Amino acid sequence: MRGPLDYLGRWPLRLWLGLVGLFLYLPLVALVAFSFNDSRRTTVWRGFSLTWYRELFADTELLTAFGNSLVIAAASTLISLILGTAAALLLWRFRFAGKAALEAALGLPIVVPEICLGVAFLVFFTAIVPWPGELPWPFSLGAIIIAHTTFSFSFVALVVRARLAGFDGALAEAARDLGASEWRIFRDIMVPHLVPGLVAGALLAFTLSLDDFVITFFTSGPDTITFPIKVYSMVRFSVTPAVNAASTLLILLTAALTALALWLQGADIAKQAA
Amino acid sequence: MLQRPGAARGVFAATGLPPIVWLLALFLAPLAVIWAYSFGENRTLVDIAITGSWANYARALKPLYLAILLKSLGFAALTTFICFILGLPVALAISFASPRAKLLLLLAVMLPFWTNLLIRTYALMAILRTEGLINSGIGAIWSLVPGLGPFEPLPLINNNFAVVVGLVYVHLPFMVLPLYAALDRLDRSLIEASLDLGAGHLATLFRVVVPLALPGIVSGIIITFIPALGAYLTPDLLGGTNSQMIANVIERQFRSANDWPFGAALSFLLMYMTFAALLLQSLIVRRHAGGAP
Repeated sequence: MRGPLDYLGRWPLRLWLGLVGLFLYLPLVALVAFSFNDSRRTTVWRGFSLTWYRELFADTELLTAFGNSLVIAAASTLISLILGTAAALLLWRFRFAGKAALEAALGLPIVVPEICLGVAFLVFFTAIVPWPGELPWPFSLGAIIIAHTTFSFSFVALVVRARLAGFDGALAEAARDLGASEWRIFRDIMVPHLVPGLVAGALLAFTLSLDDFVITFFTSGPDTITFPIKVYSMVRFSVTPAVNAASTLLILLTAALTALALWLQGADIAKQAA
Repeated sequence: MLQRPGAARGVFAATGLPPIVWLLALFLAPLAVIWAYSFGENRTLVDIAITGSWANYARALKPLYLAILLKSLGFAALTTFICFILGLPVALAISFASPRAKLLLLLAVMLPFWTNLLIRTYALMAILRTEGLINSGIGAIWSLVPGLGPFEPLPLINNNFAVVVGLVYVHLPFMVLPLYAALDRLDRSLIEASLDLGAGHLATLFRVVVPLALPGIVSGIIITFIPALGAYLTPDLLGGTNSQMIANVIERQFRSANDWPFGAALSFLLMYMTFAALLLQSLIVRRHAGGAP
């Protein structure tokens, strides 16, 4: 006997879910499948092959772009984590003039359209504070790292603030009464409580950075190609299975990161339940 | 109890200065520069004089650009509408599923959401192309039926149709997740009462579920509408010459046409439209909260 609210058991809804699922997944499944195709064409199956992956790993420009993307993501995640946590602590602990304005400004990077932020950085880094072009390697990526940090640290602040809401202020007060310094309280009491929020925020910032095309498109120079920028130029140029292979690798990386985030959060929930 | 800054001056400075300085110098300052440029004009190719004129905004409202603005609004509205129609039953099914099925379905909705936007758009290109999966599939069936003549591939890409399909494809999770969050919080007994008292499922949906979940529905609509309105990549890769949206026009002003003041004005028009949508959302949600007993 089915309950009246068991919508999932009704066939029209099952059909609907199936069709929406097909719509969401067919393009991605086809993309992954044809990356293993033994043919230039992306519609007719000619047998399994790793040709396109071999071609990918021989493409030094693509590998450089991938390395750049990872460095940018790591650096912007680290800075976002520091800035976002600082902002969350500030808003959690203090009452001060201009707090509402700061909260509004902190929420802005989340809602401002990407294209607007992209062109703002383009103008900023060419006309106002030109980013020197001939810096040694990791520093040449500085402009992109700054841009990525700007749009991701608000997300980190949001996640960490949500975690702080569950923090028992009496713990910090007890430590203070017993003579612990502010730094000691932060390191030994706040951070252990914040860890799940910090991890979730870091993974969010990392994925956002790895994902970003539009803002990077406007901030990057000719020598600072990232993975999405490189894939974009490949797509513009031609549709080949090499793009499928590159995409498959990035999907795998994202899926692994998402799984890691879910597993860590799951572990956290389990710990709270215990 | 919130502290005053004076109580722990050092901590206040250490936590306050880095994010505030970053926001001012590396977020608000670049936006302020663009805002100032939108009231300027090109003197030479590289020299922009800020004259305080509204000429760029006036130009943006001329028929050629107004048409693109309206088209972008239309695309975003149509995308939001289709996402709502597609997403509401999905959100409904998820929120009434068993805990295990719920988790799996939520993951299934979120996985494409976490996949790179460029890759998803490319995946769609490969499906919709003239020699893509849909056309070659229909072509194969076509050739099996005698007497149909040669197959004309359907024009599925480089047109307005492809842009809307692409926008729906990319933004569907933006709609489903807030809808699910709102439906999941509903008081089930109200729905059961409505069904017990003789209302059908559809009547219950439109007269009980939708009014109760209104704030979540409004959030879903706005969260879908905003990124769809500012979409750059989808119309760029899937659209034709006639399906450019406002973001593509902005990009052209900055990269090829080199008319920064005009591009800046268009950027701020897009920004104001975004803020207007957010304002509308907060007004509706507030009114809903005020109206409830």
